[in-house]
Amino acid sequence: MAVTLFLPTVLAKLADGRAIESTGETVGAVVANVAARYPNLAPRLRDETGQPYPFVTFYLNDEDIRFNGGFEAPVSDGDELTVVPAIAGG
Amino acid sequence: MATATAPLATQLEELSSDEILRYSRHLILPEVALEGQQRLKASRVLLIGAGGLGSPLALYLTAAGVGTIGLVDFDVVDVTNLQRQIVHGSKDVGRPKLESARDRLKDMNPHVHVEGYETRLTSENALEIIRDYDIVIDGTDNFATRYLTNDACVILGKPNVYGSIYRFEGQSSVFATEDGPCYRCLYPEPPPPGLVPSCAEGGVLGVLPGLVGTIQATEGIKLLLGIGEPLIGRLLLIDALSMQFRTMRLRKNPNCPACGTHEIRELIDYDQFCGIGGDPLQDPHGIPEITPAELAAKQQRRDDFDLIDVREPHEWAIAKIPGARLVPLGTFTESLATFDSARDIVVTCKMGGRSAKAVRQLQAAGFKKVWNLAGGILRWSDDVDPSVPKY
Ligand SMILES: [Zn+2]
Repeated sequence: MAVTLFLPTVLAKLADGRAIESTGETVGAVVANVAARYPNLAPRLRDETGQPYPFVTFYLNDEDIRFNGGFEAPVSDGDELTVVPAIAGG
Repeated sequence: MATATAPLATQLEELSSDEILRYSRHLILPEVALEGQQRLKASRVLLIGAGGLGSPLALYLTAAGVGTIGLVDFDVVDVTNLQRQIVHGSKDVGRPKLESARDRLKDMNPHVHVEGYETRLTSENALEIIRDYDIVIDGTDNFATRYLTNDACVILGKPNVYGSIYRFEGQSSVFATEDGPCYRCLYPEPPPPGLVPSCAEGGVLGVLPGLVGTIQATEGIKLLLGIGEPLIGRLLLIDALSMQFRTMRLRKNPNCPACGTHEIRELIDYDQFCGIGGDPLQDPHGIPEITPAELAAKQQRRDDFDLIDVREPHEWAIAKIPGARLVPLGTFTESLATFDSARDIVVTCKMGGRSAKAVRQLQAAGFKKVWNLAGGILRWSDDVDPSVPKY
């Protein structure tokens, strides 16, 4: 499945830009594909065991993946995956 | 509808003729009208933080005629705040933010009562302070206070209008309403300290808190009036660079320890929860330090050592300590091989936080003679060389 991963500006500099094309059958596979291509970005997306962090939320289209199996959530062609890390500035 | 306390219209205090004139553009809005304006006057809103988000929040809520505005802040106005904290002025530098904000708000609208709490919000005082308010607006600048505010609001059943910012991006939502999700449903745990730089380290576009703070103020007023569709169960993402606003669906997590299972019945130690001070590896006090004065003496003695600056190139362009070598933290791991473990190494950054991380990395790689420059280049400017600009 071809999926586009969207990064916030703060992470975009660790990759080639804000929108990265990736593939996989699940969210986890899509993220692993991106992580393998951008080693500096990888630790900002998931932990060393490949699991999601509690402080980085992934939205598959507009839905939080935590409510749909987390990294096991299946993806479809053309899906958009958006990374939303916790920020605390005020 | 998730309104806070809603007194009967007949119990609401009348508006004076001065107030009727002042609020006339509200009064002719059918969604607000006289009763809505009286409702605002009867309302009590607590703002956590009188900084970037707190400035537009306080200004607009005051202008709108919210009867009582509580402000929690213990900071002092610094000249670097003025790029975005528009409730304070140049003449206020050095004054407590509470005093400065109170003067400005009183000048803007004498009908509004401003209550100040010159303290850090803590597990000891949060419930007591928040209890007296209808809604809470979270404009703080750190994770520990955000989780504390969230949990206190869930425990007390007070809506929490959330906003946070970083560089060019912002988030907003309304948490802790009766059926809606809370901050922990969005982020069950905070990132480890040091992973996400603060605005002081990472920077923030000065207008951004204006964008996000006015969204929070809008949501607050909607909640108080019981109008429109509040940002409950939705997370608004704001990207100022692409000027895109996106709304994501936010669901209440049935396993959320705050709003789901209600395991959290009382406030915890949020510094510990956020990993501040608990882990010796994360403890900035556990690593060897050198003061700027000691470093200057070392330079004067012409000691043999390397001074490594781990800031970003755009910061290096603003100010640097003579004799330093730039190795940005992002490329630090790859650069480890270029360091000589036989020589003394002093590491610096802007304030000492990032360099502490670099010192830990060096220690983990087996370097024994490494020191962190206490207070970074800012303290170097204060203690040794004021010609090095502070930023
Ligand atoms: Zn929750």
